[in-house]
Amino acid sequence: MSVDKQTVAKIASLARIHMDDAELERMAPELSQILDWVEQLGEVDTSDVEPMTAVIPNTLRLRADEVNADAKTAGDRREDVLANAPAAEHGFFGVPKVIE
Amino acid sequence: MTEFTQMGVADIRDGVAAGDFTAREVAESFNAQVAAAAELGAFIVTTPDKALDAADAVDAARARGEALGKMAGVPIGMKDLFATKGVQTTAASHILEGFIPPYESTVSANLWAAGAGMLGKLNMDQFAMGSSNETSHFGSVKSPWRKDGSNAALTPGGSSGGSSAAVAARLCPAATGTDTGGSIRQPAAITGITGIKPTYGRCSRWGVVAFASSLDQAGPMARSVKDCAIMLEAMAGFDPKDATSLDMEVPEWEAHLSADLSGKTIGIPREYRMDGTPQDILDSWERGKEWLKDAGAKIVDITLPHTKYALPAYYIIAPAEASSNLARYDGVRYGLRDLPEGAGLQDMYAATRAAGFGDEVKRRILIGTYVLSAGFYDAYYNQAQKIRTLVARDFEQAWSQCDLILAPTTPNSAFALDEMQGDPLAMYLNDVFAVPASLAGLPAMSVPGGLNSDGLPLGLQLIGKPFDEQGVLDAGLAIEQRSGFDAQPDKWWA
Amino acid sequence: MSYRIQGATGEWEVVIGLEVHAQVTSKAKLFSGASTAFGSEPNSNVSLVDAAMPGMLPVPNRECIRQAVRTGMAIEAEINKWSRFDRKNYFYADLPQGYQISQLYHPLVGEGQLLIEADEKAGIPEDKVIGIERIHVEQDAGKLMHDQHPTMSYVDLNRCGVALMEIVSRPDMRSPAEAGAYVRKLRSILRYVGSCDGNMEEGSMRADVNVSVRRIGDELGTRTETKNVNSVRFVMQVIEFEANRQVDLIENGGTVEQETRLFDPGTGTTRTMRSKEDAHDYRYFPDPDLLPLELEDSFLEECRASLPELPDAKRQRYENVLGLTPYNARELTAEVETFARFETLLAATASAIGKDEKAVATQVANWALSVAPGVMKSLGDEGDPAHATAEAQAKILKMQVDGEISGGQAKEIFELVLKTGRDPAEIAEAEGLKQVSDTGAIEAAIDDILAANADKVEQYRGGKDKLFGFFVGQTMKAMQGKANPQVVNQLLKQKLG
Ligand SMILES: [Mg+2]
Ligand SMILES: [Zn+2]
Repeated sequence: MSVDKQTVAKIASLARIHMDDAELERMAPELSQILDWVEQLGEVDTSDVEPMTAVIPNTLRLRADEVNADAKTAGDRREDVLANAPAAEHGFFGVPKVIE
Repeated sequence: MTEFTQMGVADIRDGVAAGDFTAREVAESFNAQVAAAAELGAFIVTTPDKALDAADAVDAARARGEALGKMAGVPIGMKDLFATKGVQTTAASHILEGFIPPYESTVSANLWAAGAGMLGKLNMDQFAMGSSNETSHFGSVKSPWRKDGSNAALTPGGSSGGSSAAVAARLCPAATGTDTGGSIRQPAAITGITGIKPTYGRCSRWGVVAFASSLDQAGPMARSVKDCAIMLEAMAGFDPKDATSLDMEVPEWEAHLSADLSGKTIGIPREYRMDGTPQDILDSWERGKEWLKDAGAKIVDITLPHTKYALPAYYIIAPAEASSNLARYDGVRYGLRDLPEGAGLQDMYAATRAAGFGDEVKRRILIGTYVLSAGFYDAYYNQAQKIRTLVARDFEQAWSQCDLILAPTTPNSAFALDEMQGDPLAMYLNDVFAVPASLAGLPAMSVPGGLNSDGLPLGLQLIGKPFDEQGVLDAGLAIEQRSGFDAQPDKWWA
Repeated sequence: MSYRIQGATGEWEVVIGLEVHAQVTSKAKLFSGASTAFGSEPNSNVSLVDAAMPGMLPVPNRECIRQAVRTGMAIEAEINKWSRFDRKNYFYADLPQGYQISQLYHPLVGEGQLLIEADEKAGIPEDKVIGIERIHVEQDAGKLMHDQHPTMSYVDLNRCGVALMEIVSRPDMRSPAEAGAYVRKLRSILRYVGSCDGNMEEGSMRADVNVSVRRIGDELGTRTETKNVNSVRFVMQVIEFEANRQVDLIENGGTVEQETRLFDPGTGTTRTMRSKEDAHDYRYFPDPDLLPLELEDSFLEECRASLPELPDAKRQRYENVLGLTPYNARELTAEVETFARFETLLAATASAIGKDEKAVATQVANWALSVAPGVMKSLGDEGDPAHATAEAQAKILKMQVDGEISGGQAKEIFELVLKTGRDPAEIAEAEGLKQVSDTGAIEAAIDDILAANADKVEQYRGGKDKLFGFFVGQTMKAMQGKANPQVVNQLLKQKLG
């Protein structure tokens, strides 16, 4: 088994998904099965192979330095940005108090 | 009265344009059909008023003598992965339940601009993760199909299972789908409809809830090749808001459709003849070859040596990207917030995500997190991206021998709901034939290839060179014309 | 003389590396069209992209890339024509995407360097080259406010997505003074290039300060990283404090932990950050929303052609071509505003006088660095700096060179210019602030004085040279201080024989 319960707990915490013991217990063999299976990729000699960067020949386009040129990617829409927030207060997003 | 719900995109569009009937009549009739089919679970929300408003706008434009759009008067279903302004968009997840986007995705906006109307938001596998539509927070979708002599509920495939079920059941003439590793083609295949995933970059990803960014592509699902061509033309196009969007003209696929394949060579990849592939799948593949030959094409055997590694590579790359793409669902700006008594910020994240994501989503986030975590990046993610290069190279080499590739879409017909629950790996194997084209970003389509001995549909897959949607559609048309596929599920719902 | 921490058990060396985050000067954000304006209403400069709404995608701003490339060129760095954006994954309330788009594997700018100049007084005995490992482009985060609500923190995403250059130095600095000089020099270069306004108070430039200590000649020690330090003085304080804290810790049997710390400007101390991101497992991977960034030669050429003369080159030119003292050259080139004002005045003065710039440079430099600031300072609020135009100052300098006015008169005239904005020549005329160079008038005065002091003339001619000063003084007095001293000297020498 490639991942045990402790490892799953560590990954779950890194991924910020709370999991109780029973869930970890259930998840460990499932993940192990999948990870054992993907490990067959190790068979392939890829020493001369570049990792894929762009699946279709295409290069990155850059946009002009213009403010609010396209309404869909523009600022100045505080109402929209806050409309779905579970705790919007005084124009801010509210979160439980953070101590830095 | 004309049975509008038996009509496809082209017929509705042409009939509305000719004045044979109004767009409103069409919309009303589909709205009624949708309302009567709740048992299928194909829709998460229905939007009958949206369909009527769009229809009225088309009827009014026609009355004023204005030119009508490519999809004028056609009501469609919209996969719930596309953000629709003012209409709940959830990706079938509890974590986005109640989310009302203040924006419209580029693809859906293109469709509305072309005169289409929205019947509702279609159910799907949660965050497009799944091949059976059982991972939705809003319940599984039932296929309208049943095995001969059985009442057992079958899967409509996934992740675009709401789309496939709705189109197969005549709840809408066409629907949008998205395909990350087969999510248009696999459900199309097992519900006896047609669906195409275009070249990566043809359809903008802006406003589409992301699953795996380097793979996600939107595409149409309909009941004919021509309908797919029409709808894809409306959906596709360069979008400066998507840095991976192709800056190319959208070809006139519909106008250039031709089932004459003389001069074309079709490759048959030997690696797709896998151990344990059912005979009915192999038989349908054979029939596909004959049909294409009959259309004038030459058939050659080809090899795609890294096929076997495509699926495991996909199950590293897609979860890795997903683990990062789904980090934004944290209960701060939209969607679910679970704030246990006395919880701090990080506890809130963990509680929210635990409550909001389904099991399969969690599984993939964990796999993705694991393969990217310290010390594992090279062994997993980087190796998978190198395999991806090899898979793409296989196709490039194949193109020196053939113009298109013919393969089965899926290794099996529709299976029963619950049949594969609890065995994630067996479920993943559903996409074994679909994933290679996704990894290589190629256009690929599924067209019906007949029924198996249980009376269930099987799909044939056509894979083309980058940007050659036309070739794929043409070969699909050649099959469609020869297969004579006109089977429909018996209506057992409502 | 090297900087050392004197511990109870001996001397320690401090090793410093800086990661400076500099906000790229641009109108719009790195990946969205929202404004970068400072001080807007909370969450007003936020697009759907910045708020990481579902389905939003980044598209890079060309100007941000251009400015980072120009900055790289200014530190003589390698520019990578092929670079990529990566995602740095972690969860925090100021980071809506759950990842920061940054560059780890293939940064835009590679190895470069920066020269800090010897400054004996500041404790930098000789010139030193500080290595710069890389510059990468990344998104800034939002801001959290903790003091607005008893149980909640408030999130403002206005800064979220603003383009930053992260400029990573080698651990080449060995004292607070060197680190201070490095930040000042970097700031000066950024401001010359125009890629960052260098405004540290507004957070346009802030440093992560990496500090470790070791016995002289030992391997590198464990370092701490103090985040977001936003002034040169604070950077120096952090180093001072951290170095001493670490030495104390080690000498008392403890070990330094590799950790992230925060600086408290109130106490001048640092402390552990409690909201540490767990285990720093950032799961970097290439951002699949962005293709590789490939730069064309023409783009690079355009970047290079647009670079101004940079501080080191300018300073050398001031010394070698204009003949200024090293001190003056350094002072004049330290800040963009200073050299700009100097060069304008130099050109105006040279053209007014009709000589080349080199011939008047020293005089203009002295004027610009000491005379003019002195007058302005003494006037305080009474003077309006807006009146100190290059044209007016060039006129004053020309009158002085032509011998029409003395140095003292020049100051007086400048004072009146600052107060009133009147024309300097008109002031000189109206206020009688002019030297007499008319030999006739001076000769007459000298003749009178020599006649009246025949005894002293006798003594002078007999060898009492010191009396020359007496005759000068008498003449100037007779001329009411307005005689051109050079003419006075010359005539006196003639007449006294
Ligand atoms: Mg840092
Ligand atoms: Zn940084």
